Amino acid sequence: MARFLLRRLLHGLAVLWVVVTLTFILMHVTPGGPFDRERRLPPEVLANIAAKYHLDEPLLKQYARYLQAILRGDLGPSYKYIDRNVSDIVIDTLPVSALLGILALLFALAFSFPVGIGAAYYHNSWIDRWCLLFATLGISLPHFILGALLIWLFSLQLGWFQAGRWENLASVVLPTITLGAAPAAYLSYLLRSTLLETLGEDFIRTARAKGLKEIAVLLKHALNNSLIPTLTVLGPLAAALITGSFVVEYIFALPGMGRFFITAVTDRDYPLIMGVTLVYTVLLVCANLAVDLLYSFVDPRIKSR
Amino acid sequence: MKNTGILWKGLCRKPAALRGLAFILVICLGGFLAPLISPYSPGGLDEQRILEGPGWSHWMGTDGLGRDLFTRILYGARVSITVGIGTALAALLIGTLYGLISGYVGGTFDNLLMRIVDVCYGLPDLLIFILLSLVFGRNIAGILVALALVTWVRFARIARGQVLQAKEFIYVEGARAIGASHARIIARHILPNILAPILVTLTFSIPAAILAESTLSFIGLGINDPYSEWGTSWGTLAQDGWRAMRSYPHIIFFPAAAIFLTILAFNFLGNGLRDILDPKTR
Repeated sequence: MARFLLRRLLHGLAVLWVVVTLTFILMHVTPGGPFDRERRLPPEVLANIAAKYHLDEPLLKQYARYLQAILRGDLGPSYKYIDRNVSDIVIDTLPVSALLGILALLFALAFSFPVGIGAAYYHNSWIDRWCLLFATLGISLPHFILGALLIWLFSLQLGWFQAGRWENLASVVLPTITLGAAPAAYLSYLLRSTLLETLGEDFIRTARAKGLKEIAVLLKHALNNSLIPTLTVLGPLAAALITGSFVVEYIFALPGMGRFFITAVTDRDYPLIMGVTLVYTVLLVCANLAVDLLYSFVDPRIKSR
Repeated sequence: MKNTGILWKGLCRKPAALRGLAFILVICLGGFLAPLISPYSPGGLDEQRILEGPGWSHWMGTDGLGRDLFTRILYGARVSITVGIGTALAALLIGTLYGLISGYVGGTFDNLLMRIVDVCYGLPDLLIFILLSLVFGRNIAGILVALALVTWVRFARIARGQVLQAKEFIYVEGARAIGASHARIIARHILPNILAPILVTLTFSIPAAILAESTLSFIGLGINDPYSEWGTSWGTLAQDGWRAMRSYPHIIFFPAAAIFLTILAFNFLGNGLRDILDPKTR
């Protein structure tokens, strides 16, 4: 168990190191710099700026400086927002993104369990067919189209929700659905197909023969065995939620980290780009670690590996 | 050739997949024959007819500069199809080769190569894609390369898994025993075995690439040429419509529908192919 977790932890650290190094290299080979403006700055000023941000040092030294700063938890100054550190921006905006992601995940789980179980239990009924159709639609609908559609319908036509705010419960509904729809569709499909497989097994027939209530057969015997394939996709799902969140934040104009990432890319604000990418990767690595932990709870056989 | 016949027969029994394939062919033809189909040019401004709704002369209306939307969507199909198919093929080439070699050689070498793949799997791919597209340039070729560099991992995993299985088959052992070269074993005995899952992955990678490209173009980080004569990304068209959605919803409706239906068509085709080629997962 401990060895398994240690290996996963090392793997997570390797991912982080690759991201740090990759972003560092990418940012330095990218044509164009953060201080290229419409009006060219005088060379003395550029040299001064370069000296302030240590851009005039050899690359390896900059890399070492950057690594050291990250270990101290310092993500460096933002080039664009002169009075703010990247860490400050992250601290301000991360709660919004995290809340959005958690709400979307909860929405996906709350939706997919009843639908997936229902579809598998009533195989080939109308609920099953709708589940299949919904799964394909949900996977094919890009976030920005679903978001635009929801805004057009519910805030422009019906006026039920206001878009572009982040203050009360009503303003959270549309972004949550937009971000959670694809995971909800995918999870219900997955639950349906794994449950269908389990329901055909011998031990289910035994459980029924013992005279167990249908609900106990379904929820205790069948569902337990279908949880592992569902858990496997929670890692990639977390990745989808994380990358989807910045599109959703853009559409609904939410003050989250993703929106800062988008403007940082257009501004070529390198420290902010690197910082936000790093934070996203940390979230992803943590999500994958959490999934690994959950695994060993659900399936004790994994511990021994 | 015999296999293509089986594939086609199987497809004929899947109406959804067949409809998907038909839609894809229509979109491809529409995109590449656009100058023959539409009387307008994609950049043809018409100050007299700005922001018109759908009508007889402009089937899908006009945008804020008076350009015919139907024409712009036809030309935009070129971008989506090129990026989608190009990315999937490039990723297939890199990934399959990587997975083939890794699985065939096996041992420590395989372990090392798969560690790299594992790490790549843990990356937030859309972010990495954005960063890569900054390096390779925000044009069709740059986006294609950046996307392929993110997508290849999927093919590598699948190819390697299949090779590991196929390597153990008795006839592969037999071929080795009579002294067949590695190249011959791979080409004649292993490659045909891994073709089916690779084809399915290919079909699902195309819509994923189209999705990623149009999303990035929508948020303004994708292909950066709103006035291209060759074709403007559907994502950019949707972005144009997004800004005017309150008063002129038709400008976002048609590009969004084009993106959605194309992705849906590829997914239907992929589902059908998967059912035919891999009877286990249903």
